[in-house]
Amino acid sequence: MELRDLYVRFRDPKTIKALAKEIELEASKLANPINIMEVCGGHTHTIMKYGLLQLLPKNIFFIHGPGCPVCIMPKERIDHAYILAMQENVILCTLGDMIRVPGSKGSLQDARSKGADVRFVYSPLDVLKIAKENREKTVIFFAIGFETTTPMTAALLESAIAQKMTNLLLHINHVTVPEVMRELIDSRDEHIDSYNNQIDAFLGPSHVSVIAGSKIYEEFPAKYNRPVVVAGFEPVDVMEGVLMLVKQFNEGRCEVEVQYKRSVTREGNRKAQELIEKYFEKRDLFKWRGLGNIPKSAWKLKDAYSDYDAERVYDLPKEEIEDHKLCICGDILRGMAKPTECQVFGTACTPAKPLGSCMVSSEGACAAYYKYGNLL
Amino acid sequence: MQKHITLAMGSGGEESSELLEKLVFRHLKNSYLARAEDATPLESLQSPCFCTDSFTVSPPFFPGGDIGKLSIAGSCNDLAMMGAKPKFLSLSFIIEEGFSVREFEKILRSIKNELAINEAVVVTGDTKVVPKGSVDRIFITTSAIGERKIEASQRSIQEGDSLLFSGDIARHGACIFAAREGIELESEITSDCASLWPIVKRLIDDGITIKAMRDATRGGVAAVLNEWARATELTFEVDEASVRVSQEVQGICEILGFEPFVLANEGRFVLVVDPKDEKKALKILQEFNEDAAIIGKVTKSYPGRVTLQSEWGTKRFLDMPSGEILPRIC
Ligand code: SF4
Repeated sequence: MELRDLYVRFRDPKTIKALAKEIELEASKLANPINIMEVCGGHTHTIMKYGLLQLLPKNIFFIHGPGCPVCIMPKERIDHAYILAMQENVILCTLGDMIRVPGSKGSLQDARSKGADVRFVYSPLDVLKIAKENREKTVIFFAIGFETTTPMTAALLESAIAQKMTNLLLHINHVTVPEVMRELIDSRDEHIDSYNNQIDAFLGPSHVSVIAGSKIYEEFPAKYNRPVVVAGFEPVDVMEGVLMLVKQFNEGRCEVEVQYKRSVTREGNRKAQELIEKYFEKRDLFKWRGLGNIPKSAWKLKDAYSDYDAERVYDLPKEEIEDHKLCICGDILRGMAKPTECQVFGTACTPAKPLGSCMVSSEGACAAYYKYGNLL
Repeated sequence: MQKHITLAMGSGGEESSELLEKLVFRHLKNSYLARAEDATPLESLQSPCFCTDSFTVSPPFFPGGDIGKLSIAGSCNDLAMMGAKPKFLSLSFIIEEGFSVREFEKILRSIKNELAINEAVVVTGDTKVVPKGSVDRIFITTSAIGERKIEASQRSIQEGDSLLFSGDIARHGACIFAAREGIELESEITSDCASLWPIVKRLIDDGITIKAMRDATRGGVAAVLNEWARATELTFEVDEASVRVSQEVQGICEILGFEPFVLANEGRFVLVVDPKDEKKALKILQEFNEDAAIIGKVTKSYPGRVTLQSEWGTKRFLDMPSGEILPRIC
């Protein structure tokens, strides 16, 4: 297969326009407007970049979910990365936008300008190579991501153990999707009714289900009466996912469906799941920036591997750091507000100087609105 | 002559003159350099224009060019974009000890070639050799003086003007990324590195009213348009379907997660013309590159911003690229 086949058909203007028409037709039969939460920041990015909101009828709304691993990282953990990077003889490796996110002490980019050795890797396995080439240094991998990247971190650890590496440590920040979805549905404010969640349906990210299977979402139709469609990241995928959800409402169904049949199965990748379970166990609580502590929503290394755990080898501060008072990221993630409703959106808070988590990575809702605008 | 460049060759003694005589002068000699004095007297110029740039591209050799070609095209293009004919250049090398003499000679040949295309000459220069590890192989600095033929400037851009681009986008950036990341594609991406003066000369000679020109180097087309939008408080509306991106370049962008609009070009430029001239200008651009196209227009819909119209009728901002667009590309 050619690389081109992976995206060309899924950005075809004719297909997109045809899907928009079909959605409009289906949506005209809806009894009530529906709010679809796209859980993953990748979907938010696709929706904004390709202007899909402009193609949807007036009774379909998107709520931009918390699925961006960089955006949900609480400041105290970004500080961990900064502190580790500033240690003598340490090389700190991480993925993607993590380098730009400011904690309370600054970003990893700032650490680097102060002399720290911070490296950006495309894949966790690159860290192994760096560790081998720098035996006299401690190489720390600041691991982030959802179910998609967790198995790769586990594979890194497995190779490190097999090759008896003694200079490689991990700082684990891997989080899981179903737990945060549950938290969002359950969230209530005793005093303000409008604070009950507004989510009617979910669009689930395909790459998470390639690993974890579509089965992880089965509780949502079953227990919460919320349908889920697992969809890919190209505009055609997202539009098709929306259409499938609208049809479920019109046909009175409520189930998990897979749009991205290209590589998602119910069971997912068993090998990858086993790899995760071998090395990781759930944390009792993990703080999500903007949302607070969520039970069992993140992984940590099992005790048996504590020698590889940077959180245990180094003494890192535990105190929580609050976000800016004006930031309404929590409300945005729950669907109570749109980024443009924030008082400081685009003024005091911009991607270059983010006040809150949603402005941090290009997959955050505020950053995507800022970058692409919500035109027309 | 030795196979590798040594520290002694940059020290001003016997070996230095060997490097100069046998290599540099052999390729670049002209009556100005032949004077071999501390500074070179020049004749007076009409409406002179002056610019400088440094080149540190890694790797120094890439499909479609090398650091030598880039260093001449880069500075000459800066002049050409101001409507100035490149005339005189300075050329300085900083070379890492141990760099191969053969490769250095290849670079000199490309320099000679590119100078000929611009009908310009090197009139002064310098060569330093530094210990291993002080620079990455070879760095080049060039400055260039030219004579301005027209008054092209962003200040002349008005609502209603047409935007053209001189070819497909993002080739140089994608080519360097592919080389650095060791990404192998079915067909290699060649850099678009080239001198622009010949195209600009044709536009001027054929009487096109050029409002402004800018070569879309670092930050790509997105950076050029955003800088103009901010400076003029106008809107630059781009029609995405009209912008050509080659399949290989799009492939690299998919792999690395970039938008082609932010990747560098080294031989392509954005041209703003009066709408009455757009067809004629397009024809000339297409003589040089068939992928040249009219890509949009200047309006007032979102002052200070650049918008991108998709093929399915939606619209979004095309923002200024931010953060590190990682490796050294020029
Ligand atoms: S604009 Fe900034 S401060 Fe406001 S909600 Fe978004 S991230 Fe928070």
